[in-house]
Amino acid sequence: MVKNTTSHLGNHQKKAIRRYAPIFLFPTFIAFVIGFLWPFIWGLYLSFFRFRTLSKTTFVGFQNYVKVLNDDSFLYSFIFTLVFTLISVLVINLLSFTVAFFLTKNIKGSTVFRTVFFLPNLIGGIVLGYLWKIILDALIIKYLGSSLALNAAYGFIGLIILVSWQQIGYFMIIYIAALQNVPHEHIEAAKIDGANGMQLLKNITIPAVMPSITICTFLSLTNGFKIFDQNLALTAGKPYNMTEMLALNIYNSFYESSTNMGVGQAKAVIFFIVVVVIALSQLYFTRSREVGN
Amino acid sequence: MNTNKQHFKNIIISVIFSIISFAWVLPVLIVLFNSFKSNNAIKTDLFSLPNKFSFVGIENYIKGIFNGNYPFYFAILFSIIITVLSVAIILICTSMTAWYIERVKSTFCKVFYYLCIFSMVVPFQMVMFTLSKTADKLNLNTPFTIPVVYLGFGAGLAVFLFSGFVKSIPYEIEEAATIDGCNTLQLFFRVIAPIMKSTYISVAILETMWVWNDYLLPYLVLDKREYRTIPIQIQYLQGSYGQVDYGATMALIVLCLIPIVTIYMLSQKHIIKGVVSGAVKG
Repeated sequence: MVKNTTSHLGNHQKKAIRRYAPIFLFPTFIAFVIGFLWPFIWGLYLSFFRFRTLSKTTFVGFQNYVKVLNDDSFLYSFIFTLVFTLISVLVINLLSFTVAFFLTKNIKGSTVFRTVFFLPNLIGGIVLGYLWKIILDALIIKYLGSSLALNAAYGFIGLIILVSWQQIGYFMIIYIAALQNVPHEHIEAAKIDGANGMQLLKNITIPAVMPSITICTFLSLTNGFKIFDQNLALTAGKPYNMTEMLALNIYNSFYESSTNMGVGQAKAVIFFIVVVVIALSQLYFTRSREVGN
Repeated sequence: MNTNKQHFKNIIISVIFSIISFAWVLPVLIVLFNSFKSNNAIKTDLFSLPNKFSFVGIENYIKGIFNGNYPFYFAILFSIIITVLSVAIILICTSMTAWYIERVKSTFCKVFYYLCIFSMVVPFQMVMFTLSKTADKLNLNTPFTIPVVYLGFGAGLAVFLFSGFVKSIPYEIEEAATIDGCNTLQLFFRVIAPIMKSTYISVAILETMWVWNDYLLPYLVLDKREYRTIPIQIQYLQGSYGQVDYGATMALIVLCLIPIVTIYMLSQKHIIKGVVSGAVKG
């Protein structure tokens, strides 16, 4: 990063730029209001109303939120998503770190391996979901005599396989960048002191890449919570909504079985709060580490 | 002796990774060779290579593209239109805005900047219902107008990334350009924008991947009788809408993958850098 040598722009110049606000600022701001700000505020507001169509809304206070907390399907989805996310965070981070660890060791063909591992990350969730659905269903029908739509356990494992395949390459790249920045002298010094491979990894490498581990853990955590496309394409919640994750549950309470859309909106607000809490704790963790160093 | 041992170890690791890499692309390969097999052959054995009985040439591709009540080439066309327009408008507008925000730094700018950061955290489900209603009311439900919605919902990350770069541009450059007689527009497009080239590439890749693959936003916003994107059409064909033609599905999945894989092979360095630059998004 280049440090600024002048602390601020001259007032005269600022004024000159300001005159161009209608070109520089307004288009983005207006689109931002349409595409985010207004829908956000309106959504928050609507979560306190009972409605089926927007022409007839009734204020109900916190009733929608009470209904959400008594909605078994939502609580089930919440727990399902939580378990899914925790397992996927573990699997994704362990595997991507392991891959990155080996690929930074001067292996022949490591560039090709990186290219291959990263590729699935570019495929969209819907296409990815159907691609795996076809393959997993063929395997399950052939060897286990069941299918994704019949057995929730297979759906769960299928989702883990799918998101791991999609995301391992992504986190591998972040870990590779981190591992390449571990100071060589530290490793050499530890080797001279007689440290073996495991000790090196535990005492030198992992502490040095800890910031990246934090970032990747939180990123995979939010990714896991927000999964929608993959869920819709792979299982669509089958069987009996037993593989329905949070985002899909919210979607369904709006568009599939809605007597009161306010409940769906209240679910969305709770979902939003959960994601914000995760983001804030990430901020807290990364900040406190900076202070600690 | 020690280096020899190390060398041998590295070869073993190389071999193991070759096998894993092959397994990694196997799902794509399976879909690829099945796209040349007949529907029945796919159903009976997905994992066999096409032979002279099951091979059907490009029949699946023709069926996939032209059959059905909504032709797939429409979906391809609309996907391209939406992606190109949205990414173009996002790049132009947000880079200008980010520069304006960083240079003017008024209270309004600061509030807008923090709102942008805030918007990155908000999951789409929070706004999906109200956003689709708003877009509907404002006639933003066509491929030519939906880019406004993408600009609005995607502004946060793009403004954030551009501002990060603008902070590193020294003021002297702008002062020198102003003294040389540049007005603000010339200053931005002739001086600032070229400096930000690498950020433009990163943001372009990030937004392209997002818009091209996005399913729920266009599904809720677009008028689906007339306009569908590739992910929407694939969902229509696969969801509970009648008998699934496996051959055609395989062909369509391959068609979706071809542009992605081609572009990736041509510029993977940029793409990896671009996609990972979005890691700030919570």
